[in-house]
Amino acid sequence: MSTSNFTRRGVLKSGAVAGAGLALPTIFTARSAAAFTNDPMGSSVTLGFNVPQTGAYADEGMDELRAFELAVEHLNGGGDGGMLNTFSSKALGGNGILGKEVKYVTGDTQTKSDAARAAAQSMIQKDGAVMISGGSSSGVAVAVQALCQEAGIIFMAGLTHANDTTGKDKKANGFRHFFNSYMSGAALAPILTSQYGTDRKAYHLTADYNWGYTTEQAIRESTEALGWETINTVLTPLTQTDFSSYIAPVLNSGADILVLNHYGGNMVNSLTNAVQFGLRAAEANGKKFEIVVPLYSELMARGAGKNISGILGSQNWDWKLENQLGARYSGTNAFVQSFGTKFGFPPSQAAHTCYVQTLLYADAVTRAGSFNPCAVVEALEGFEFDGLGNGPTLYRAEDHQCFKDVLVVRGKENPENEFDLVEIVEVTPVAQVTYAPDHPQFAGGNLGACNPGA
Amino acid sequence: MDAIILQILNGLDKGSAYALIALGLTLIFGTLGVVNFAHGALFMLGAFCAVTLSRIISLSYIVLDDTKKDFLGNPTKIEVPYIYDWLGADTGAAIIDWSVPLSILFAIPVMILIGVIMERGLIKHFYKRPHADQILVTFGLAIVLQEVIKYYFGANPIPTPAPEAFSGSFDFGVLVGFDPNSIIYPYWRLVYFAFSMVLIAGVFAFLQFTTFGMVVRAGMADRETVGLLGINIDKRFTVMFGIAAAVAGLAGVMYTPINPPNYHMGMDFLVLSFVVVVVGGMGSLPGAVAAGFLLGVLESLASMGWVIDLIPGINQVIIYLVAIVILLTRPRGLLGRKGVMEE
Repeated sequence: MSTSNFTRRGVLKSGAVAGAGLALPTIFTARSAAAFTNDPMGSSVTLGFNVPQTGAYADEGMDELRAFELAVEHLNGGGDGGMLNTFSSKALGGNGILGKEVKYVTGDTQTKSDAARAAAQSMIQKDGAVMISGGSSSGVAVAVQALCQEAGIIFMAGLTHANDTTGKDKKANGFRHFFNSYMSGAALAPILTSQYGTDRKAYHLTADYNWGYTTEQAIRESTEALGWETINTVLTPLTQTDFSSYIAPVLNSGADILVLNHYGGNMVNSLTNAVQFGLRAAEANGKKFEIVVPLYSELMARGAGKNISGILGSQNWDWKLENQLGARYSGTNAFVQSFGTKFGFPPSQAAHTCYVQTLLYADAVTRAGSFNPCAVVEALEGFEFDGLGNGPTLYRAEDHQCFKDVLVVRGKENPENEFDLVEIVEVTPVAQVTYAPDHPQFAGGNLGACNPGA
Repeated sequence: MDAIILQILNGLDKGSAYALIALGLTLIFGTLGVVNFAHGALFMLGAFCAVTLSRIISLSYIVLDDTKKDFLGNPTKIEVPYIYDWLGADTGAAIIDWSVPLSILFAIPVMILIGVIMERGLIKHFYKRPHADQILVTFGLAIVLQEVIKYYFGANPIPTPAPEAFSGSFDFGVLVGFDPNSIIYPYWRLVYFAFSMVLIAGVFAFLQFTTFGMVVRAGMADRETVGLLGINIDKRFTVMFGIAAAVAGLAGVMYTPINPPNYHMGMDFLVLSFVVVVVGGMGSLPGAVAAGFLLGVLESLASMGWVIDLIPGINQVIIYLVAIVILLTRPRGLLGRKGVMEE
């Protein structure tokens, strides 16, 4: 009689040990291969687009998503190629990124820092996103940038204008193409003094949050340097809807300029209220009373309607730039043509910055030959490029801020349609808006080292 | 002194909106005993009645202008409102210009209908449920309504200006002997204040001087006894819900030139209006109106520079501070009935 050593329990034990033994080297190999977070192993790479899809900035978020969709289409060789045809770097060939097809997932920031972080976290952990982009708020940008730094993911900021994004809250893994509050002040002040004179008294109404503070400081310091006097600065609650009680005392305050450091719904309402209270038609100190809105947004201008007429402000980009100011801004028409043909209307500056950021990321990966965030950081730092609509541009290594010309715009008196609400008054050359990396308005931050994660 | 008068004027028009919304809220609470968190959404729906009518009146056909090019280089599309062809350009333009006041006629039946459907379709099923359930269901309804509006109209504010004749402002200070420019007040805000006074007076007159109103008041005092007399009080309360919806809606219609409407505007007013109702006294109509104006004026006065310098942040908390004081010292509110909120 023969006895067998094979028992059910024995087989299970041996199998488990053998399986673990066989798997062990693979586990180590897999771990050691993933030198950075979400290294794309397959035939595709996933990008994460985190924009406000609900809440007050949902329309701006939708425009950003359209731009991302278009950028992905162009990267994968679809459509007419858009700005890939005008971009000074010729690394991208319309075959995805490093030969991998580009796919994307989206998150809803709700314009709330915690919701934006949760959405970004999900896209990184669940969907394997290797880059996060988008957003319509500086609070959100700073929060998501910090998350990406911890996770070892590149963050290509969307619309964020506060100095802090590339100032005290800058991070090595984060990059901003959009301009900032300092640049608005530096671009606007000379135009304001040339248009309205140097003997002016300004009254600031400022949204009571981080972006409001940096914008007020930037406009105040740059206008005071050219002779203006600041009569008063008043903080207004972010949740305020009717600004009448803040607007009403302005005319009797001795001021002859009102600066509205407001954005979004705040800007629409405060400007509407200011016009209702007769400030546009009034005279003070023997001069015509004027209103200034430092940061323009096409969508918000649409909300303010004809109240925006004649109001000066600044922009990162405008769809009429190349037609009006020539080939220096090449890429603008290519993008407007692609976007307009696909969606039926011209793109906003938020859409433009998101499209450009996606292309810049893809180009950096291709030039670096790797998705490793540290290689991408190295490729983007100090990168000089052209043909993306803003003229010659530099991604400064010291703070990851783009330096390019800034537009000073004015609300059109007689707009021909709802997409033609602003006219370009002047383009301020990049040299005039460039500042030292240790400028006091950007003090306190530390870029740190890039984090590849994993 | 002129600064104080100016802020009181500002407070009165702010208070007008609070009073109109709170009037409807307290009317519903007083008749049906329902805490309606969807009432802010009714204010928002009223504002979008004005937007809708403006778009209907401005319905246009496209004419291609070959002499001008659009952003893609195609002939520019020029929109010509049909009303120009039907009534002539001048009359058509005047009707479009007056679309906000005309929206009152459009909003009344629409808002009454919405109110009745809301009450019969959803809220009546929650009469005997706890207040917490009523709050949850009406709050949920408010979110649904605002998402529906956002789907069709977008998230961006939509400019809906006042008629050209009321678009400016006047120097109220000069009229009462102050220096020029010391008290500037927009015409439309004066219209809004006057309109709200007429509307409030209309609601009170309706309740005071009509048989229908008398029965409703009796029902508010003792619903069971009125029912035992063979009167269908439920049907009358449904009508009152419709009227409350119309009052909130009309407040929204006339508010559109003050601030461009967006889908979220109802929520901005909702919490403040509840505070107004609590301060005035739950279920008290005169209380809601008095507290609306009182809190509007206090909020404006608290926004004055020297007040903020004296007590930083007071402009953001004044209304809630008043509510806390009232709830601690007089839980039934300024003009509330004895016993309500006092158990």
